[in-house]
Amino acid sequence: MVVRIDNLRKQFGEFVSVDDVSFEISSASITGLIGPNGAGKTTLFNTIAGFYPPTSGRVFLDDQEITALPPHRLFELGLLRTFQIAREFATMTVRENLMMVPGDQHGERIWNSWFSRARIAREEAVISTRADDVMDFLQLAHVADLPAGQLSGGQKKLLELGRTMMTDAKIVFLDEVGAGVNRTLLRRIGDAIIRLNREIGYTFCLIEHDMAFVERLCDPVICMAEGRILAQGSMQEVVNNDEVIQAYLGSRGGTTT
Amino acid sequence: MEAINALVLLGNYVIVPGIAYGSQLALAALGVSLIYGILRFSNFAHGDTMAFGAMVAVLLTSLAQSLGISIAPFPTAMLTLPFAIAGTVLLVIAFDFAVYRHFRSIRSSPVVFVIASTGVMFVMQGLIRFIVGPRDRDLGDGARFVVNAREFKAALGLEQGLSIKVSQSLTLGITIIAVLLLFWFLHRTRTGKAMRAFSDNEDLARLSGINPQTVVILAWTLSAALAATAGILYGLDKTFKPIIYFQLLLPTFAAAIVGGLGNPIGALAGGFVVAFSEICITYAFKRFLAYLLPENLEPTGLVQLLSTEYKFAISFFILVVVLLIRPTGIFAGRSS
Repeated sequence: MVVRIDNLRKQFGEFVSVDDVSFEISSASITGLIGPNGAGKTTLFNTIAGFYPPTSGRVFLDDQEITALPPHRLFELGLLRTFQIAREFATMTVRENLMMVPGDQHGERIWNSWFSRARIAREEAVISTRADDVMDFLQLAHVADLPAGQLSGGQKKLLELGRTMMTDAKIVFLDEVGAGVNRTLLRRIGDAIIRLNREIGYTFCLIEHDMAFVERLCDPVICMAEGRILAQGSMQEVVNNDEVIQAYLGSRGGTTT
Repeated sequence: MEAINALVLLGNYVIVPGIAYGSQLALAALGVSLIYGILRFSNFAHGDTMAFGAMVAVLLTSLAQSLGISIAPFPTAMLTLPFAIAGTVLLVIAFDFAVYRHFRSIRSSPVVFVIASTGVMFVMQGLIRFIVGPRDRDLGDGARFVVNAREFKAALGLEQGLSIKVSQSLTLGITIIAVLLLFWFLHRTRTGKAMRAFSDNEDLARLSGINPQTVVILAWTLSAALAATAGILYGLDKTFKPIIYFQLLLPTFAAAIVGGLGNPIGALAGGFVVAFSEICITYAFKRFLAYLLPENLEPTGLVQLLSTEYKFAISFFILVVVLLIRPTGIFAGRSS
């Protein structure tokens, strides 16, 4: 088990966005989070990743409580996330974007940038090599020196994924990594996720609407609706669950099943 | 000969003062721009931050003079510069902890920060008057001129003299050093890149493991250091009077906005645009034209577009024109 969520609840005023959610993410798994729009999936991610403090409930990473820690602390502990709408440092190049990531380097401390130039140069070289590997892996090498703002939507998604590969993360939360991406690129993103999972043992938790993509990658799958977990288990179990079918067809009155 | 006289005249009254004033505005605007880029609000207390830095220099200069410490021919104020910077940085960080940190923790909108900074401005003004009073103080000592107008005339046999004050050449030299250091820091060091990243996309920067508190403290430090330097150089060049720095706020913001708020190169260019506009528009070109035009065409009036009392109107005018025509500034900044 990498992450454990205990009775997590997030309210905005009267509106309950995440309602008493508990689940665990086991090590080296790819957990899929599905559910209709407005189910509270992204809010759940934001609450786990430290963007909003939860109203109640707790989050654990490797048995250490991480509830409401700020994002840069979670990063140091190995919890990373990407955004539904890809974000990038638009004026920096793709390589600079990737090299921005690794925290806890000596250059981060201002006095070191004056006094130990040689050590920083060595570290920069290591990071630069890693950035090259990541760009090769994601087939972004040909745009390495372009400003990230000029990338296509799909390439920005790859860059988001690449950023999580620059550091040794324990768990990566991917928010709709396939949204607005064409089929071919989506397949490439899927391949990259599977390889990272199988070869390096990355743990992922991802929100996705493309069911074929979820089916190919994820086990287990969790379905949320109206802030609550409706079902979890294998893809087959979840999609055959009556409540899940109802939630997706949008009828709570029970006229259709 | 006439043309050379005209050129020297222009150099003496427009170009040299313009470069000095432009450098001072550029340093001030860089500080405003940095805070805008990182903390995303317009810091109205910046003028009085400059005044505070200059005030520390005034006090320490008197102390040094009474102890007989001097670095003549340089003004003693240059010796006090590091201490003035340190004092100003401490004050500004204290204000961050006392005021702005609270508004960050409750995620207030930028307009709340602007109003808070106006409050800080009044507190700083009060503090400065409480410590040194509202009077003029002379900051300059040591040699006054690098190039003296009388000697220049005698040496070159011209009608017009060119004078370059020590304070003016110091202003240019220190501005060049400060700007080079700042750009080296922002573009070459990881911490500087982290600051640029934070300015570009705050959420992403935090997700990349950049500690927002470190970046904020660093932004205040750089901004206060630039403010104190600009304040002292302006005080050396003109005179130290607390209220003057408050009046500098408008040209400073005009400079930062003309160049594009949040963009350091823009702030630099904006400083010179505003300074030269102010000086050119309020300068009486009568004697300059008298040298260049045939005798019968010599102007009878002053050939001055605006009298000097209206110099602040020029900043306003530039500001309005830029906001109408190119609201993002010359070098599109973050204000877009």
